[in-house]
Amino acid sequence: MRYLDEFRDAATARALLERLRRDAHRPVTLMEVCGGQTHTLLRYGIVELLPPAVRLVHGPGCPVCVTGVELIDRARAIASTHGVILASFGDMLRVPGSHGDLLGARAAGADVRLVLSPLDALQLARAHPTREVVFFAVGFETTAPATALALRLAREERLANFSVLAAHVRVPPAIEAILAAPDNEVTALIAAGHVCAVMGFWEYEPLATRFGVPVVVAGFEPLDLLLGITRAVAAHDAGQAGVENLYPRAVTREGNRAAQALIGEVFVVADRPWRGLGVIPQSGLDLAPAYADLDAAARFPLGEITAVESTVCRAGEVLRGRLRPDACPAFASACTPEHPLGAPMVSSEGACAAYVRFAAGRGAGSSR
Amino acid sequence: MSLPTCPIPLGDYPRVLLAHGGGGRLMHRLIDELFLAAFGAPATRHDGHVFTPPAGALAVTTDSFVVRPLFFPGADIGALAVYGTVNDLAMCGAAPHALAAAFVLEEGLAIETLWRVVHSAAAAARAAGVPIVTGDTKVVERGKGDGVFITTTGVGVVRPGVELAPAHIRPGDAVLLSGEVGNHGVAVMAAREGLTFTAPIESDAAPLWPLVEVLLTATGGAVHVLRDPTRGGLATTLCELAAGAELGLEIDAAAVPVAAPVGAACELLGLDPWYVANEGKLVAVLPGDHAPAALAALRGHPLGRDAAVIGTVTEAHPGRVVARNALGGTRVIEMLSGEQLPRIC
Repeated sequence: MRYLDEFRDAATARALLERLRRDAHRPVTLMEVCGGQTHTLLRYGIVELLPPAVRLVHGPGCPVCVTGVELIDRARAIASTHGVILASFGDMLRVPGSHGDLLGARAAGADVRLVLSPLDALQLARAHPTREVVFFAVGFETTAPATALALRLAREERLANFSVLAAHVRVPPAIEAILAAPDNEVTALIAAGHVCAVMGFWEYEPLATRFGVPVVVAGFEPLDLLLGITRAVAAHDAGQAGVENLYPRAVTREGNRAAQALIGEVFVVADRPWRGLGVIPQSGLDLAPAYADLDAAARFPLGEITAVESTVCRAGEVLRGRLRPDACPAFASACTPEHPLGAPMVSSEGACAAYVRFAAGRGAGSSR
Repeated sequence: MSLPTCPIPLGDYPRVLLAHGGGGRLMHRLIDELFLAAFGAPATRHDGHVFTPPAGALAVTTDSFVVRPLFFPGADIGALAVYGTVNDLAMCGAAPHALAAAFVLEEGLAIETLWRVVHSAAAAARAAGVPIVTGDTKVVERGKGDGVFITTTGVGVVRPGVELAPAHIRPGDAVLLSGEVGNHGVAVMAAREGLTFTAPIESDAAPLWPLVEVLLTATGGAVHVLRDPTRGGLATTLCELAAGAELGLEIDAAAVPVAAPVGAACELLGLDPWYVANEGKLVAVLPGDHAPAALAALRGHPLGRDAAVIGTVTEAHPGRVVARNALGGTRVIEMLSGEQLPRIC
């Protein structure tokens, strides 16, 4: 497969690992931000091949995992409203809220649909003019432009039966919150390539300078990540703080201007509670006033929703890189992918799910 | 495959009515003119099929088929209902002897559609060399079915001397796979979601007994177990084998063949082809010294052209499947929880 096989070449990977084992001496705690990267690292067994000085911690980059319980409860309540079709991405349907997940609501009679794109949800609205179609919009800056496009089209077509429950979040404020925390241990970062493809990487430059950490922008294939780790470790060793783009086939400093303009037109930046991390200032995207009439939260006034979190789940610490998934007392015992207590055990991008899926019972990296 | 004209004139009843399942004249017409026209009329009209069992051990299996859409590239629910059951028999080491088929029809289903399904099932049965000897139809109200559900039950004759079970797996055994994985599931998903690829992906649905027969012949019946990796895909099948044998499986990830378009589609959708369903593949576990002959036999058959030895059985990590990749890293292969869902970003 072109553009994939080249980035999975075993000989190059072994050479990079060799160089890393030779050069990495100074202990470094490296956070890969994106859950997709976490999965590649575990899927290819890269975590166990790293030298002892390199400690990987997994970041909050799973959009499903960080979506607040209150929003999931709200989505479930909207889905259970008569006449509503609620559409969202696959992973989101299985994340437990206070009273179960959206697939459970579907089993109880709600019309919940899995879509691959916000435009598919828009199509549902066109096809079912007598039903209210609500798109539960989760995701980072990667999926926000597609939601924005769906909203703009709905406005242009005067689709009265389409609305959006906005749960989009922004990565840089979360990174800032992690690095600024008093107990932070992260000393180098691998930034999420796909978010940077949309937003560029200029937002990370002031963060790198302020916290004195190297940030490398990397893709999602094994070689992308191995090269990213190698460069981050080298920069950390040399005491350099700055941003390096190792994903130039997708990312530029400025990013995708058209997508950014669309986000700017449809959304406004707002404070947002992250599951396990608390409220992070300026980290969410709400609908702009011009699109307020398409806001499902306003269209379906449900009043105050009291969210109930599991008291056992330590997802917050996992999402901040403070706790490795398999070090959680509930890991793979009380909390499993079949009966998840927290979102990281659900999503295909969640760190806990990655540990169960690729490293259960072996304790990936724990031999170090 | 050219389709004979539907024998029930469309002008009469273009769609399935509740009355088609009511036991009266309409139901008899449906059975006579549609089902029996496709499957062939039995010698005697009876409530069941009476036969003298052939010599040797018999295998019996049953399976229900629900798939949306009913038609997808490479196959359809009718062919699937036949192949699925004859393949389950083949995994018992049994040649198919006879099939029973029950159809649950949804009110409003186009008779033309039903004819295509029934005709396809009949063609698949002929391809598998097995008669459909008895059956049943029921009609449910509109909205209470997905067009058509089919349940097939098969009886097969086990090849003498063959006894297949996970408990027979031994350390040092070789694990063979008969070809590329993931085609069926991706073909169905692409048809369901309206995704098109420049290289069309077709279901691999096929009757496996002929392939099993050459494998059993080439190895003198030394095969320890056979499994067709349908729902849950190759990964789930390997996990079941490891658990059943209470032994470990060591899989060479690079040896597992995945067709380039299937791999690309899975990348795009965030799916793992190892967990995607197949309908014309088998996994065989057999003594290591028989592996070369087994591989040659599989590769000599059109259905096993891309067969490969994908791993070995070990006493280490009992009950677990570990895949080693070209980087030297390993991953534990776990059974899927819930369904595979497309990724977000």
